[in-house]
Amino acid sequence: MQQFLQQIADGIVLGALYGLIALGYTMVYGIIQLINFAHGEIFMVGAFGGYTLYTYVLPASTPTYVALVLVLLVSMLTSALLAVVVERLAYRPLRNAPRLAPLITAIGVSIALQESVRVFYPNGSQGKPFPALFPRGTVDLGGVTLSYVRIFVVVLAIVLMVALQTFIFRSRTGRAMRATSQDPDTARLMGIDIDRIIVTTFVLGGLLAGAAGTLQGLIASPIDFHIGFLAGLKAFTAAVLGGIGNITGAVLGGFVLGVVEALATQYVPNGSALKDVFAFVVLILVLLFRPTGLLGESVRSRA
Amino acid sequence: MQRKTLTRVTLPLLVGALALSACGSKKEATTGGSTAGGTKTVKIGMIAPLSGGLSALGLGMKNSADLAIKQANDKGLIKGWKIEFDPQDDQEDPNTGGAAASKLASDSAVAGVIGTLQSSIALQAAPQLNKQNIVLISPANTNPSLTQGKDYLTTKKRPFASYFRDATTDLIQGAFAADYAVETLKAKTVYLVNDKLVYGQGLNQAFATEFTKKGGKVLATDFVTKDQKEFGSLVSKVKAAKPDLIFYGGQFPEGAPFAKQLADGGLKAPFMGGDGLVDKGFVATIGVKSGPYYATNVGAAVEDLPTAKAYVDAYKAGGYKEDFSAYGPNTYDCAQVLIAALAKVLPGKTAIDDTVRADIVKAVQTSTLDGATGKVSFDEFGDTTNRIITMYKVDAGAFKKQTTGSFAG
Repeated sequence: MQQFLQQIADGIVLGALYGLIALGYTMVYGIIQLINFAHGEIFMVGAFGGYTLYTYVLPASTPTYVALVLVLLVSMLTSALLAVVVERLAYRPLRNAPRLAPLITAIGVSIALQESVRVFYPNGSQGKPFPALFPRGTVDLGGVTLSYVRIFVVVLAIVLMVALQTFIFRSRTGRAMRATSQDPDTARLMGIDIDRIIVTTFVLGGLLAGAAGTLQGLIASPIDFHIGFLAGLKAFTAAVLGGIGNITGAVLGGFVLGVVEALATQYVPNGSALKDVFAFVVLILVLLFRPTGLLGESVRSRA
Repeated sequence: MQRKTLTRVTLPLLVGALALSACGSKKEATTGGSTAGGTKTVKIGMIAPLSGGLSALGLGMKNSADLAIKQANDKGLIKGWKIEFDPQDDQEDPNTGGAAASKLASDSAVAGVIGTLQSSIALQAAPQLNKQNIVLISPANTNPSLTQGKDYLTTKKRPFASYFRDATTDLIQGAFAADYAVETLKAKTVYLVNDKLVYGQGLNQAFATEFTKKGGKVLATDFVTKDQKEFGSLVSKVKAAKPDLIFYGGQFPEGAPFAKQLADGGLKAPFMGGDGLVDKGFVATIGVKSGPYYATNVGAAVEDLPTAKAYVDAYKAGGYKEDFSAYGPNTYDCAQVLIAALAKVLPGKTAIDDTVRADIVKAVQTSTLDGATGKVSFDEFGDTTNRIITMYKVDAGAFKKQTTGSFAG
């Protein structure tokens, strides 16, 4: 039983990371119906942003907790800035193109970003040990052992998710985002600046992905140019599992995926080799019975 | 209508391109043996990871081979011939490595290839080069099946006559590690983890066989996936089994974060692995300067080899950006073996044809060389006769030698 709870806890840590990245996929999809395949790379570049700050900018005497906050903020800003640049240069010119065009562009952007980091970052093809900015140690919660940093990951992820939820459902801009997602044409008639809303969406997705970049660096150092691929794939799966376009769904999908992987690792024979298979079996089963995902609504066709 | 014009334009273009490329390859073929100002050109290829997580090792290999080739050219070791170095990036991917091998195999100027780093890639490359009688010498492959066939435990049969290696096999490496685990670390139980690749699985198996023979118990085997960086749930699983030792078969890009997260999760048992872990990247990732992290590597420690000093000095003087890393000295020796074979066979020949290549294979098979890592020669399977293994432990921010020896059986 204890081991079961331990695996649930481990799954939640992993799921928190998936969820943070999945939010970016789902928000962008909700607004412009684009699967932003470059989102995993935005997460990766965010992690590199934080790493760069720590390694090349911050003086060695910076207290660890100050460094942690700065690294986290810089990761988030790097990702957000990159997301905006990608939107401006790659997606906006294709706003009215057939849907396949931006999709393929997204894949191209993804490869371009990966290769740019590999080629242009100093010694970029090597893994970079992410700075250990959190005290090492574990805490025992009724038989479930978690390291401090993993608890921090879950707490921060949930704080960010709640903040996002509040922003979208309580603020004026959030309301405008929801309106745009429902019907961009009518939203425009109501005086909503669609371009501004789309940029806001990319910024929000970037901020969360950047935070996930630092968090992944903290629990799963080293970072390298390739970490966005797997993380992006899993997060995309989480977003689809939860119902793409649905914010709560992305978070739920992330946690479900993380927990399924953890439980499969523990309980299925050869589980550690097959955990990804199980993650995708769950996805397929959910899509069989609920084609729109766990919390997704059926898509209304546009007039 | 539009489509028709398209074919009309593209067809001649295609034909033209084909014709051009045909000319190109013909020209390339003739340069193989043709005289260019009296000296002919022979190519030595390389297949190694020059980008990606293992590139620290791959670039060390590339630089070391480059050094040996430059020295040979400067000294004019092969009368009438000049060596050109043709390194190919396998990107740690067996398919890319296989494509690199077929590219080298089709180049008539290639007389030998150095590589690969990973056994899984050698399994793709060796058959193609073997078909063309091109020597492939690896400084790093340790999986037994490459030289002794896939049934190496029961009937040894050499699959590739042109494949050699200056690294002993995992049968020796794994068994040596198991002996050390039982005798020095007093481990009674072990948890095996591997990366599902040829090297990792073979090493795990060799370790397990000897460990069980010595009375130890294998608790379970688990797996990591390439590019996996988060191991929280696997760590909890391993921890619950309370092993005396974790033995990891695989490379450091996955092994290092796994080892770190085991410690982060509060596990104190020692972590051990093979030559795939021996890199600065491992030490940089685990987050501590010293700890119970053990790894074996093939051959003696470089600082123990008086013969390696000339190599180390020349490497430093060569102005290479990257370290020579774990396989540098062995790669240098592989290149020297190949160059010595070329020096024996090529003078007086006009082109590199099948008979010349067969002679090169023979020359490598019978070579005896005093290299940077000591005496280099090969047995009837193409394995090195140097069966020395060294055990290292992470200490003061580097892999530090614990003991050197071999597995007697």
